[in-house]
Order: sequence, then structure tokens, then C-alpha cells
Amino acid sequence: MMNSTAFLPTTDGGSVRTTPVDAVALEARAAALCTRSIKTTSKRAALHTTIRCIDLTTLEGIDTPGKVASLCQKAIRPDPANPTIPSVAAVCVYPEMVEHAVTSVSGTTVVVASVAGAFPAGMSTPAVRVADIADAVGRGAGEIDIVLNRSAFMSGDLRRAYDEIVAAKEACGTAHLKVILETGELGSYEQVRRASMLAMAAGADFIKTSTGKIPKAATHPMVLNMAEAIRDYADQTGVIVGLKGAGGIRTAKQAWHHLVIVGETLGSDWLTPERFRLGASSLLNDVLMQIQKLDTGHYSGPNYVTVD
Amino acid sequence: MTPTDNPLESFDIDYAPALESTAVIDIADSYGHFINGVFVEPSSGVTFPTVNPATETHLADIADGSPEDVDRAVTAARTAFEGPWGQMTGSERGRYLFRIARQLQERSREFAVLETMDGGKPIKESRDLDLPLSAAWFFYYAGWTDKLEYAFPNRTVAPHGVVGQIVPWNFPLMMAAWKLAPALAAGNTVVLKPAETTPLTALLLADVLCDVDLPPGVVNIVTGAGGTGAAIVDHPGIDKLAFTGSTEVGKTIQRVASTRRIPLTLELGGKAAHIVFEDSAFDQAVEGVVTGIYSNQGHVCCAGSRLLVEESIAEHFVERVRRRISTLRLGNPLDKNTDVGAINSADQLQRITDMVATGVAEGADLYQPECELPDKGFWFPPTVFTGVQQSHTVAREEIFGPVLTVQTFRTAEEAVEKANNTPYGLSAGIWTEKGSKILWMAEKLRAGVVWANTYNRFDPASPFGGYKESGFGREGGLHGLAPYLREQTSDAGGSA
Repeated sequence: MMNSTAFLPTTDGGSVRTTPVDAVALEARAAALCTRSIKTTSKRAALHTTIRCIDLTTLEGIDTPGKVASLCQKAIRPDPANPTIPSVAAVCVYPEMVEHAVTSVSGTTVVVASVAGAFPAGMSTPAVRVADIADAVGRGAGEIDIVLNRSAFMSGDLRRAYDEIVAAKEACGTAHLKVILETGELGSYEQVRRASMLAMAAGADFIKTSTGKIPKAATHPMVLNMAEAIRDYADQTGVIVGLKGAGGIRTAKQAWHHLVIVGETLGSDWLTPERFRLGASSLLNDVLMQIQKLDTGHYSGPNYVTVD
Repeated sequence: MTPTDNPLESFDIDYAPALESTAVIDIADSYGHFINGVFVEPSSGVTFPTVNPATETHLADIADGSPEDVDRAVTAARTAFEGPWGQMTGSERGRYLFRIARQLQERSREFAVLETMDGGKPIKESRDLDLPLSAAWFFYYAGWTDKLEYAFPNRTVAPHGVVGQIVPWNFPLMMAAWKLAPALAAGNTVVLKPAETTPLTALLLADVLCDVDLPPGVVNIVTGAGGTGAAIVDHPGIDKLAFTGSTEVGKTIQRVASTRRIPLTLELGGKAAHIVFEDSAFDQAVEGVVTGIYSNQGHVCCAGSRLLVEESIAEHFVERVRRRISTLRLGNPLDKNTDVGAINSADQLQRITDMVATGVAEGADLYQPECELPDKGFWFPPTVFTGVQQSHTVAREEIFGPVLTVQTFRTAEEAVEKANNTPYGLSAGIWTEKGSKILWMAEKLRAGVVWANTYNRFDPASPFGGYKESGFGREGGLHGLAPYLREQTSDAGGSA
């Protein structure tokens, strides 16, 4: 029978159900999807879609306005030599860098996303987390990436974890809210499934795998697990939630396998920046090199793409 | 989809074709029988064609084995048994089996492409399941060759002699491997008959047997249809029979074998139940049920053809199964992204079509996703019947096609009762996260193999076989080695 924690409240007073997850079968399904063979026109389309869905990210203590300006140029025009390459979806920075990024991307389709809410641990008081979010939104961030309160979640205080997301959503106003589960810390696929349902029920616009600050991050089975949660949530509530994989996605092949997993689980409708993102930094250049390979028939090497 | 003028810009899951190359294989115009280490012309001169079921193109002419051909094969096998093979130590035999296993690995792409062309199954299945398991079976039994005294302690065992083996068309090479490996490991020699619609990989295996210098006559391959099989079953020189195929033919073979007092193992049909409880891992259960029936187009004796789902989740579960099968890719089996290939033969397609028509006529509700079938070849879309009653033909008879029937249950007892209410008893699947329930169910289910939270998993160390009309004897593990040995103290008719 379902235990009591299998039901989670939604912000409209209803509830959603969560389900057990079988790790062996989940990983087998992800491995099967990763054997999809993506060739010719599909490969090119996958590479372009990957670029359009990237949140180009820099989250370092040594980030400077100059570094962010350079990143923004790369985001707008990933390959200066090839104008057919689309812009990425967003740049993702710390709140301190938001204004610099907003200036750099103004007049383009690139959105500024900011981590906030005491990223990456989230271990500040609720008031401080909310203030951090409101501050980033006030500086012009169109999207806010916060972390789930794992301390509350893991200690069984689902209510507090839930309420903090509700408060974050309020603080976002019209900005989109992405909730990072930090899947590598939650211990099991089933906990991640439950955390996914909790974050969606509390109003997340996107659920996101990881901060990128710990080693276990956006693995293929984990993205599949969260895609299945999103499908389940849409079935139960009719609400569409986006998915962001972040952390450890460095190669084009990893990225198109993520596209395959999301596309075959949620449908091709999900393969747009409105519903799917890949948080990454070095991924973009590998994708550009793969596109050059398709164009010219050979690999050109890292000196033929710009470092940032 | 984001609107775009350029179709290249929007990735979707209708992937561009990704065809496996056929350049790796070389099919002859015609094949004789493989007897005493060489290919020989059939005595009758009669041949029949084997075709690619996905395109209906002619692949090769195959020799139709007559009783004379079978007699030559049995004589060669007897000579080899009394000669070099019978004199060999176990470890020497093992070296041949290891070599065969390694050759299957090295030439796996070639075998996989040929299996797919001759049988219609998706290349990803022949590549990722049939070939790895075929090699694994030889590796596993190679390891037992010099350890028989440890395998059966306190008993002195010896091979039967000449073994007749008849294998089906659903896993042509793998079924041959399942049978050949333990028979050879035990020290027998073999007359093998592959199915008439899928003989090519067995004939390519003959190539491997020559390459590894297996002594002539140890394995003989006689091709043909039912008449050839009957000639093997009837031949007085056969010391043991093993058959995988339909229950109907199995019964006939058992009748004949019983008059000659030779040991027999049968692996026959099935009508397996997939039992899904409310507390199962929902998404993995949907996936498991779908692959459990639609892989290899449902041409699987242990296919989970009856879904029994707890009533409280039935509606949602079935909806999700329907949605999932609408995303299965049906088409060119050589495309690496194809999930559902071609039906093996025109005859089998007719049988499936008739059975499904019977299901509709008896009042079950049919669901088939919108699915474009290729113009040429033998195709049948993935099919689900809901509103199925225990008395419906589609819930009782083996269809051997991509057809799932759905029934509901309220209690675990009711699920067991319905699952067991069949003349078959090959396999069953249980889907629940509760371990105690799995153990309780596994004890009650009258099925040779019970999978829990997975399905269609095979391992050479794990015995496989049926209860009731699904046959007797086991393949895999020590259980699969025993039928190929006799206790030396008993007379020639006894089985180990």
C-alpha cells in the first residue's frame, strides 16, 4: 500500500501521488535509450537543439564582470565564424554578476538566470534565502535557480522543504523558478522521484538535477527518473514542468542522449528551451566542434572554437 | 516544437535512418547439409527458399533434409562419438567450446546482421541479446567440460551418444547455442535441425565449427521442415532428443520418443502472466510489461502475453501501456533504432491475424496504435486487448505475436488463481516493491521461471524451462547439463 508520504499537497489544495522507483530497471531503460543511433540530419538537429537549450554557466568565486561579458558574447554568438549557429537559452551566473550579464545580453534572446537562495547549500534561514532571490530578481534575472532544502527534506520535514519553495516562487514574481534537487545527495532514485514531485507540487517551473558542485550529477538514469516524474505530474495535474540537467554534461554525445531520453519519455514537445535546459560550460564547445565535423568531414580541434 | 523554416533545426524523436551495414555478410545462393565437417548436397536434390520477412526478398535456397540425409548425419555423429570426440578428455572438449564462444564474439556483427535478415528481428535485439547470450552459453558450458565429476558428485556420468536437437525460428542461433553447448560439454555428438524459415545463422555456425577445427561429425546440421524433424525423431540411432517449439509438435515427439525409451527434453509454448500490483514501481512496470510482450514481435515462448493488473491502478496503467506502444518504432529491422521488426513468416502472420480476429469476434476491445506498416514483408502492429475474460481464446491460447491481453484482479490470491489457470506454465512476472509478496507469489505460481521486477532475463547459469504443457527438462545451469548425461551404472536408456 502507499504510505502516507506517498501523497504530497499541491498549492491549489489538492494532492499528488508519488511512486516507488526500481533502480535496476530504470538504469536498464536509460542504457537502452542511450543506444539510439543519431545520424545525419538528426545529428545536426540534435546539436542545434542542444545549443538552443543550453544555460551557459559560470559559478566560480573568481567570476568577474570581464569574464561574464565574455561568456555573454559566447552565449549570443557561439561560433563567430558561423552565423547559422543559434544563441543559447540563457547565461547562468551568481547574483553579484546579474547586472553585468543583463547589460551584455540586452537586445538579444538570451535570458539571464541567477542562482539564488544561498546557493549551493541552501543552508541559510528562510528569510535570507527569500531576500537573496528577491534581490537577484530585482537586478534583472529572468530565471532563478534555487536549491531544495535537503536538510529539511532528508530529516523528514517535507512541509518545510515545500514551504520554502512556495516562498521562493512568490519572491520570483514573474521570473521562472528552477528548483535544484542536488540528486547526488538524496541517496536513491526513489527519494529523487519524491523530491521532484514535492518541488513541482510547490510550484517549480523547472526541476533541475544538480548544482554542479558535487561529483554525482546529471546522469542519464537520473534525468530519465525526473522526466518520468514530470510526465506523472502532468498526468495527475495537467501542469507542464520543465527539466534541467546540469553538472557533468561535457560532450555532445551525452547531451543528445539526454535529448533522446527526454524526447522519448515526454515527447518531442519537450525538446525546446521553454521545457528543457542543459546547464553546462564546456559542453558548448564540444557541440560546436561536432557541427564543424559535420560541415567539413573532419575534426578541427579546440583551437578552432573560442574558449569563451 | 519551436517553429522554424529549417527542418534541421528542430530535433524530434523520428530519427533519421541508421541502418546497420549488410556488407559484413556473404550469403551463398544455396546451402547443402553440414555433415561430417563438410557441406553436402541433399540426397533428394529438393530445396526450399528462405526469405527476408521484412522485404520478402529471396536470400538462399536451402536443402530439404530427407530420411537418407538424416541417416548420413546420424552415422557421421556416431562415428565421431565412437572416434575422436569420445576419446577426448573433458578439458580437450572444453578448448573447442571456448573457441566457438570466442569466434561468436569476434564475428558477432556478422551473425547479428544475418539473424536479423533471415528472421526479421530488430538488429538491436540480435546484437544485444541473441549474440551475447549465444557466446555466453558456450563459455559457461565450456567451463563444465572437465568438472563433470564435481558437477554430479558420487555419480559416474557419461554422455548418451548421438543427440537429436530441433530448434525454433524465434531465436535461431541462441536456441542452437542453448542446445549445442551442454550437449557437447557432456561429450555427446549432435544432429541439429534449425527451423525452415531461419536456417542461415546455424549454417554460418558450421563455418565457425570448421574454423575451430571441431572434429568432423561432432556437430551435423540438417536443414528442412517438419518432415526432416520427424526423420530425426524416428531415427533409431538417436540416443537422446531435445526439442524447442510448439506444444502441438512437442506432444507428437513425446509420443514417438516414448515408444523408443530414449530420454527427451521439451521446451514448448507459454501463456505467461505479468502480475502488476498497485505498489509496484509504476514506470518501470509499464516498461517491463511492454518489452515483455513486444520484444522480438512477441515471438517468445516466455513472452508475458497476459497482463493481470490490480484493479485500483488498472485504468491508468493500461492508458500508459497504450501510450508507450504508440512510441514503439516499427520498421526496417536493420535500422538500429527499430524496436519492433517483421513477423517471422507469412504463416505466422496469418495465425496472429486469425487469433486477433477471434479476439474481436469474442468481444474483447482491440487497441492498436496508429502505425504505418511497410508495403512489403510481414508486419503486425503492437496490439492490446482490454475487456478480456478468462474464457476468451486470446487469453487462453498462445498467439506468439505482439498481442497483449489485459485482465484485472483484486487480491493476490485472485491473481495467482488466474495466472495458474492455463495449460501452460513456462514463466510469470511479478511487479511489486514488496519483497514478502514476491516470495509468496513465486511459491504459488505454477511456472518454471518467475521474474520479479524484471522480465525476459536469461543467464547461462540459471535453469530455464516449463511446467505442465510448457514442457519438461531445463536448459541452463547444471540442470541443463544433466539431461545430456546418463549414470553409467544404468542401461543406455536411463537419464541422469
